[in-house]
Amino acid sequence: MMSSEKKIAPVLELVNLKKSFGDNHILNGFNLQLFEGENLVVMGKSGSGKSVMIKCLVGLLQANSGSIKIKEHDITVLGQTELDVLRTEIGFLFQGSALYDSMTVRENLEFPLRRHKAKLRITESNEVLVKEALANVGLDDAIDLMPAELSGGMKRRVALARALILKPKIILYDEPTTGLDPITSKEIIELIRTVQKKYGTSSLIITHDVDCARVISNRIILLIDGINYTEGSFKELNQSEDPKVRAFFK
Amino acid sequence: MMQSLKTVNGLRIFFEEMGDMAFFAGRFFRELFSSPFEHKELLRQCYIVGVKSLSLVAVTGFILGLVFTLQSRPTLMKFGAQSWMPSMIILSIVREIGPVVIALICAGKIGSGIGAELGSMRVTEQIDAMEVSGTNPFKYLVVTRILAATLMLPILVIFGDAVAIVGSALVENLKGEVSYQLYFIQIFEALKFSDLIPATVKTFFFGFAIGLVGCYKGYNCKNGTVGVGEASNAAVIYASMLLFVLDFVAVFITDIFYGV
Repeated sequence: MMSSEKKIAPVLELVNLKKSFGDNHILNGFNLQLFEGENLVVMGKSGSGKSVMIKCLVGLLQANSGSIKIKEHDITVLGQTELDVLRTEIGFLFQGSALYDSMTVRENLEFPLRRHKAKLRITESNEVLVKEALANVGLDDAIDLMPAELSGGMKRRVALARALILKPKIILYDEPTTGLDPITSKEIIELIRTVQKKYGTSSLIITHDVDCARVISNRIILLIDGINYTEGSFKELNQSEDPKVRAFFK
Repeated sequence: MMQSLKTVNGLRIFFEEMGDMAFFAGRFFRELFSSPFEHKELLRQCYIVGVKSLSLVAVTGFILGLVFTLQSRPTLMKFGAQSWMPSMIILSIVREIGPVVIALICAGKIGSGIGAELGSMRVTEQIDAMEVSGTNPFKYLVVTRILAATLMLPILVIFGDAVAIVGSALVENLKGEVSYQLYFIQIFEALKFSDLIPATVKTFFFGFAIGLVGCYKGYNCKNGTVGVGEASNAAVIYASMLLFVLDFVAVFITDIFYGV
């Protein structure tokens, strides 16, 4: 299955990505390809550079070298305006949800619409789009609540609804289940699968949660020592004899 | 030797930070004149900075007028110069004490508020989320706040000065048995445009300094929740120092143009 997918151009590609903070070398030539409709999981220990990698990917951090291509546009050479346009095709779910504290759930969801709705030729009203996005994550009743009134799981759902509101083709998840109880984690994992099926999105999921990787992934890349140490399906990696790989799956 | 090294290092950090802040201010002016313009957010910030500070400014101004008049009366009476009271009060309040005291109060309220708000947005990745959604967070968060502080501070100072004069009139009426009408006539006779213009112009700079420092410290906040506290604290300290420097420059320039 994967070999046939690799013949088509990836929607997202990192080539030889390097990133250091002073003498601390985080990424030492990381490579990644995400294909259309795929759920790709990147696993690694805490502090291994997973979040740095995903932030380089959306231009929040500048890589030292290497290329980052999203839909064949190299974001390292794009101007701010072009980058902002490209960002509308990417949804980003932050580790801590990153909901705007001073806005209600409705305003949080309307925020990406106010700037890009016309450009993306979205004709539905904000009200319809917001209600639809909240219905997708099962939070119809939370529309006028403030983020401080939501539980951790609800915040994650609202953040996912916000990431989905512009109907992006690629969604990046930064530790989607971190800090949640096992039941809520399962609900979020199920939600990610539902979203992928409904919208046919390509998803890059950063996690160290093995259960999350097992349920969601089509393919897994292990990020160790700043490089893609190995990759394969969950089953393949779970059966690996390599001690560094075993450390994740035992 | 160690002490001088520390001093040199401290000075280096200070000048680096001043340089960074100058670049930050430069970016503010670049983004200020480029579209899209965040009118709604600017109005919201004007409401937060201006309207929500009115009660604090009113209380401060009123007590300032009361205390200043109460403290000055005995000294002027000693020299038989109590008839100079209205002109002395109005010139002191409008030219110097009103703008500086109200700007300091606003540095505490507005500067720390902006520093803490942007700082917490930075550490909880809300600013990153804004950027990823294709919105320029500098324009949305920083430009609107600095502009709101710059536009609102002169209004707050004028309002505070007016309330201070009311406080002063109250003392004169109760202790000096001067009618309100006479007191206000004397006050406005003593006041000239050359007193009002420099005093008002400098408050725009005070507002800009408060907004700039608060935004700079909050926007560049690091080190989690501890950093938020530090950003808020530093915003007040830096803004207060900057206000005195700006006040000195303003008085110096005013003296060149309007001095005897």
